[in-house]
Amino acid sequence: MSTSDDLRIKTTAPKPAFRLSMLLYDQRYRSITIQVFFLFMLMLGAAWLIDNTVNNLRALGRDFSFAFLNAPAGYDINQRPIEYNSQMTHGRAALVGFLNTMILAVLACMLATVLGVIAGVLRLSNNWIVGRLMTVYIEVFRNIPTLLWILIFGAIMTEAMPAPSAFRGDDPAASMLFNDAVAVTNRGVYVPSIMFLRDLGDLRLGPVAPSLNWLLVFLVLIVGVYANKRLIEHATAVQNATGVRPKTWWKSILILLGPVVVIFIALGAYLEYPELRGFNFAGGTHLRNSLIAMWLGLGIYTGAFVAENVRAGILAISKGQTEAAFALGMQPGKTMRLVILPQALRVIIPPLISQYLNITKNTSLGLAVGYMDLRSTLGGITINQTGRELEGMLLMMLIYLAISLTISGAMNVYNSRVKLKER
Amino acid sequence: MKKSVFLGAFAATSLVAGLAQAQSTLETVQTRGELNCGVSTGLAGFSAPDGNGVWQGFDVAVCRAVAAAVLEDPMAVNFVPTTGQTRFSALASGEVDVLARNTTWTFSRDVDLNFTFVGTNYYDGQGFMVTRDLGVGSALELDGATVCIQTGTTTELNLADYFRVNGMAYEPVPIETNAEAQQQYLAGACDVYTTDVSGLAATRASFASPSDHVILPEVISKEPLGPAVRHGDDQWADIVQWTLFALIAAEELGVTSANIDEMKAGTDNPEINRMLGSEGDLGAMFGLDSEWAVRAIAAGGNYGEIFSATIGEQTPIGLARGLNAQWTQGGLLYAPPFR
Repeated sequence: MSTSDDLRIKTTAPKPAFRLSMLLYDQRYRSITIQVFFLFMLMLGAAWLIDNTVNNLRALGRDFSFAFLNAPAGYDINQRPIEYNSQMTHGRAALVGFLNTMILAVLACMLATVLGVIAGVLRLSNNWIVGRLMTVYIEVFRNIPTLLWILIFGAIMTEAMPAPSAFRGDDPAASMLFNDAVAVTNRGVYVPSIMFLRDLGDLRLGPVAPSLNWLLVFLVLIVGVYANKRLIEHATAVQNATGVRPKTWWKSILILLGPVVVIFIALGAYLEYPELRGFNFAGGTHLRNSLIAMWLGLGIYTGAFVAENVRAGILAISKGQTEAAFALGMQPGKTMRLVILPQALRVIIPPLISQYLNITKNTSLGLAVGYMDLRSTLGGITINQTGRELEGMLLMMLIYLAISLTISGAMNVYNSRVKLKER
Repeated sequence: MKKSVFLGAFAATSLVAGLAQAQSTLETVQTRGELNCGVSTGLAGFSAPDGNGVWQGFDVAVCRAVAAAVLEDPMAVNFVPTTGQTRFSALASGEVDVLARNTTWTFSRDVDLNFTFVGTNYYDGQGFMVTRDLGVGSALELDGATVCIQTGTTTELNLADYFRVNGMAYEPVPIETNAEAQQQYLAGACDVYTTDVSGLAATRASFASPSDHVILPEVISKEPLGPAVRHGDDQWADIVQWTLFALIAAEELGVTSANIDEMKAGTDNPEINRMLGSEGDLGAMFGLDSEWAVRAIAAGGNYGEIFSATIGEQTPIGLARGLNAQWTQGGLLYAPPFR
């Protein structure tokens, strides 16, 4: 009896005894040990940082509070996309700064994309002069810091343009462009703005109040673009079925522009021209020097990087694709637009995302030319007037992080739509 | 074995760090052998490096006097240029020991930012400067003007208040330093430059033709400018404060850099004797020797001498004493008794 029992015990696999040293010397446990150890070190580091901050704040007799955001700001901001005056809160000022940051980022991203695609394609041109010119543009702009470009454009706008007073008098030293519509001065560019005789009022959405007129125009435009897309899809379907593509260009123009024109006429749209009044031009839209300097500086600088991305994308496509397209009798322009670029997009988009992120982050250089972005309002004047460096910086980091993640997320969605579909 | 060495080193460093924290500003400065003094990035007459790179000016003189009192060497100052936006962080973080930078003494800076303003070395007010050919005679005619303004300053807030109260509109052009403001203003990118009147005078003095620019008569605010230190080190605040008072009292009592050597031997006036250390022991009460005030005054002269050498009417800046005369002359300067 007992022997059989002993036998059975011997046949079961020996259970290895766990010793503490195995955590370090046994390969099965070592990686876990190291990870746990580093996690603890990381947590210790974070705890030390937070504890240090709390202690130092206490030593300085300071507390940690975001209440300053509700206090009146007391300072004015020149570029106000939403209603703002110096009696409104620091929070509101930060919102104005945030909107200014976004306006600049969108404008600069658009400029950089357009310039980048053109320069990138043209750098590969067979025309020697065009190719070299683009090389010079890309290399010059890429290799000089952004801040310098911003300052250079700012200085050009400030120093080389006439002051508003030069437009005054019977025989002015400077005159407005385009039939008295546009004034280029050392305080910025004044262009006519579209105004409406009939105002539908504003949409009240908490802190922001967009004009209903413009919302309507925007809505009609979106519907127009959608309808145009359907029209082109229909044309393609007809072409696939019959081999003849119906003419669509005049229908497209009608669909895109017609409703907008009707809306403009119905609302009584007119152009308000800038005119000299007092010290400055009044009326119209004022594109400030700071905005123009930032826009050109960021857009043209980053455009050079985008151009390199585009060139890399195009070079990544096999030359056989071009040759095949030529063999079919396609013109070079069409080959680029219909064959090369759609394939190159797969290579271009991922680095383009980081260029957009760079632009957005570089908008924080705005203070150099007095552009009132988030960094200048919340991160500059507010912090300085309230002395809340830690809170302000944390808030600003969070906002920039949120903006960057949003851009990156949206662009990644776009990327997954254009990338090669493998079936 | 290694572990214990590491732990021992760790304990030692934390102990040293703890001791360093407990050190007073005076000890820190004396150990370092150099005073870190926050000044502006360059404002003629107040603080700007001269042709040899040596900082000169009215605010600089305060730093030199403190360095002379504490370190026995007026040149043992490390000048840290700060902008309107960086000055308070520099002081709060300990990057500078004293901030002597045309900084306005306000409630929130004193109470909320936890700084101690030790006194006023220049009583100022905010004004406006325009070009003469603009034909403007009063600040109330500035409706719609473009105004250059240094950001992060009290001037920025006063400006907003002034135009709001008077129902006028303006276009602010925010800039960071006085040099930038000067460039923008001269290029005509702004009609008006606004800052403290003393700053306007200093800026105008550096123009090619100062007479083409007028400073408008309106003074829209009180701007008591003075040196500031951190809260919490009363001994250090006292040292900076009484160094400033010594400069002011020296002028009132007729002590100058010329006669100080003979005065320190002893005079008939007991207050001079107490201040200069030949009678009593005032210096020891805040941790200095008895000759601290002698060195502070000898560094650049008394308040009046500093004023006339840096920003007074004989200099290109050409500021009158005005409010900054002694109380006996109808001004606001008043040093408490050395007793």
